[in-house]
Amino acid sequence: MPIQTVLTNTIQHVSILDEHGNFDAQLGKGLIPEADLVKLYEHMCACRQLDEVAFKLQRSGRMGTYPQNMGQEAASLGAAYVLNNDDWLVTCYRENCGLFWRGIPMESILLHWMGDERGNAMPRAHFATPIAVPIGTQMLHATGLAWASKYRGEKRIACTFFGDGATSEGDFHEAMNFAANLEIPVVFCCQNNFWAISVPGKINCSAPTVAQRAVAYGMETIQCDGNDLFAVVHCFRQAVEKVRKTGRPYFIEAVTYRLGDHTTADDAKRYRDQAEVDAWKSRDPILRLRAHLMKLSLWNQTKEEALLQRVEIEVAAAIERAETIAAPPHTDFFDSMYETLPADLLLQRNTMQTHSIGQDPSQIEGAVIELPAKGAH
Amino acid sequence: MANLTLVQAINLALIQEMERDERVLLLGEDIGLNGGVFRVTEGLHKRFGGKRVVDTPLAESGIIGTAIGLAMAGLRPIPEIQFDGFLGPAYDQICSHAARMRTRTRSAFTVPLTIRVPVGGGIHAPELHSDSPETIYIHTPGLKVVMPSSPYDAKGLLISAIRDPDPVIFFEPKRIYRAFREEVPEDEYTLPLGKARVVCEGDQMTVISWGASVVQCMQAIERSGRGIELIDLRTLYPFDMDAVETSVKKTGRCVVVHEAPKTCGFGAEIAARIMERCFLYLEAPVQRVTGFDTIMPYYKLELDYMPDADRIARAIEEIAAY
Repeated sequence: MPIQTVLTNTIQHVSILDEHGNFDAQLGKGLIPEADLVKLYEHMCACRQLDEVAFKLQRSGRMGTYPQNMGQEAASLGAAYVLNNDDWLVTCYRENCGLFWRGIPMESILLHWMGDERGNAMPRAHFATPIAVPIGTQMLHATGLAWASKYRGEKRIACTFFGDGATSEGDFHEAMNFAANLEIPVVFCCQNNFWAISVPGKINCSAPTVAQRAVAYGMETIQCDGNDLFAVVHCFRQAVEKVRKTGRPYFIEAVTYRLGDHTTADDAKRYRDQAEVDAWKSRDPILRLRAHLMKLSLWNQTKEEALLQRVEIEVAAAIERAETIAAPPHTDFFDSMYETLPADLLLQRNTMQTHSIGQDPSQIEGAVIELPAKGAH
Repeated sequence: MANLTLVQAINLALIQEMERDERVLLLGEDIGLNGGVFRVTEGLHKRFGGKRVVDTPLAESGIIGTAIGLAMAGLRPIPEIQFDGFLGPAYDQICSHAARMRTRTRSAFTVPLTIRVPVGGGIHAPELHSDSPETIYIHTPGLKVVMPSSPYDAKGLLISAIRDPDPVIFFEPKRIYRAFREEVPEDEYTLPLGKARVVCEGDQMTVISWGASVVQCMQAIERSGRGIELIDLRTLYPFDMDAVETSVKKTGRCVVVHEAPKTCGFGAEIAARIMERCFLYLEAPVQRVTGFDTIMPYYKLELDYMPDADRIARAIEEIAAY
């Protein structure tokens, strides 16, 4: 046969609780225990509260540029819920919800965006890496971290998050390629929110799905409604189980939407239709879950009001902790440059100057300097 | 005690450190089954297996990025970039992450990795196989940069680099990979990073260099018949300014020699620091004999580009007469 089909492929999309409240009982029933469901909902609300207040902090000059996570709570939360607490969570910057569930204090994130490096001192015990700014580069770190687990014979896997824009970066390709070809246990999760700042999704991925990028690596892949916590949990359970069993990576595309601007320095009204934003507001993961919980009689207006009060207090406390942290010493940015500072760096630190006159004790006025006699050479 | 080439000394260092420390693993293109394109990792795949000597996909950013992850997890990866000219794709991972992870996270995460890179010209290689980009990485805070000039030094420095808790770029001057042999102890020894070596003593002039250029300097000094002190820096960051200061205060005249282009080459930094510390002791301006401010030419003209014994000798005479 001269021409044969050597590959066909399908991409599946999972939706369990849709924006209209339709709930697929077959996939959804028992997927998330009711007690957890309520906790997860409360957690999303806390994250939303932080996000909204963070925006105000920036606008009032109390914080620097901040990337709003609004609308994207479910994807990283579903991941953190499914993963073990000692699986690596390697995120970019729109995964606060997952990080907080993992145990990273809210004030860590706030401190980062307040220009305080101490916000990045993620305790090792959380197995979470700090906010990653250069797009897509963290995916390679996740691959390396998971590789180390494999090297040591540990069960720990890695999960890394990135956006649709990141799938244009070379490091996306290199990380996927490494993980697939060297069989490294990573869950790659793309939060496709259809915008990379102002650049629409199709400029970064014109293929019908982002999920199909994984097919190129021979990697298993699935797409889900990223605003549907049930679908996210379903896909992560499937992915994580497969990764643990086979040691090979898995790709998840979580279809979601960035309800806010890229960051507080951006104005999405310049490039997005309000109609589009409004349509996605009705797909808000929090609204959806609240309606579902109410339908199940697990939630009501009284609880909602109590929750709002609680999260207001919780977030205010985190902000207070972030804002009242003692100012770092002026020399703080020297101290973690190396395990042991080289002598010259130590001198720079101790004198807080780089020009040499007055820095070197032997050049202080009045010091006796012995010059060799002329003609000694 | 055996007489080893630079390649053999590095190979021995890798073997010994891999035996000693289970956390050490090697990764790079062609380093496994092939033993490396220069055979530096010859025999290691057979000895330690494919888990610890890994042939990676062809992707420099991927090699360094995953090595960073391995190091963050507490292993001691030694990634290889096959040639100096291919550091480009890895630049972002090296400078945005390897160099920064410790300070970014207040030491919660550190990157104890050693990047091995053959460097420099003189082997009739194709384009982008003969460059000297060390300045870029010296200029990047958070890294350490090492370049040995001899087999004995290479073994001791490489082991120190591997054991260093911070990221080290270990440049291997390929021109002298097999150019000569010297006695290299089988026993374990280390050479500290940040300490220069006085190759020969003298009180008329100081010549400072590193890597393959040290060999050219030795030839030029011998030819001059003058009492010239040659300092091989060995580590470029952090570098041994104390050794330089002691020497230049003694001699009053200094020539820095490096293969990398003149402008903003590391010689410029050394000259500036000599100004800072030895100004009143100088009998002549610090001079630099370097690669020209051009792209490294294809190999037909590479000897015209690289500072050789002739060019160094001429500079020595001119500075002696100043």
